[in-house]
Amino acid sequence: MTLLDFIYYSVLPILSISVILIFIRFLKGPNMVDRIIALDLIVTTGIGFISAYSILYNQPAFLDVAMILALIAFLGTVAFTYYIQQKNK
Amino acid sequence: MITEIIVGILAFSGSLFVLFAAVGMIRMPDTYLRISVTTKAATLGIGLLLMAAAIHSYDIAITAKVLVIILFILLTAPVSAHLIGRTSYFSGVKLWKDSVMDDLEGKYNSSTDILSSEKEEEKIENKPED
Repeated sequence: MTLLDFIYYSVLPILSISVILIFIRFLKGPNMVDRIIALDLIVTTGIGFISAYSILYNQPAFLDVAMILALIAFLGTVAFTYYIQQKNK
Repeated sequence: MITEIIVGILAFSGSLFVLFAAVGMIRMPDTYLRISVTTKAATLGIGLLLMAAAIHSYDIAITAKVLVIILFILLTAPVSAHLIGRTSYFSGVKLWKDSVMDDLEGKYNSSTDILSSEKEEEKIENKPED
């Protein structure tokens, strides 16, 4: 079993299962804040997917996408919290 | 060969930490506990996965890029968690029924949107003295 088989058959399924579990919380979430947390964690798991695929296809250029995705996750969280605070006033 | 084993161990433990964070998102009873799950476990898991990619590439430029991404995540995760917690407390999200203490109880006035460092009634008592 090579490294690529190991990543293909163990790391990627674990990440997929965790995305499904977080998405259940995204659908269930009792209030808006839970959905924001779930969205933040889904984007963070996407960074993990990108790094796993960059190992799998031997393409380090994918990591640029991971950097942009981290930036967008932070900006999205800040924007959503700002709008919820404005709505409550 | 040794590099491949190290990369495999790092990637597997990172994905396990992401799975623990996902299980915590389902099982935790409260919004505030879910915020703690997001910031701690996901940061470590993603850090280990990115370190695996850096070791696999064996290039100083890629390693620097990965270190920048990890530093950015470590800096922004507490800030966004603080913002989410502040917003959820101000918008009136209830604590779990078994939570032991609420440090901000009575210190936030939702009608005037003012957060003070001492309780409202203590402030009124202290006023005539000064």
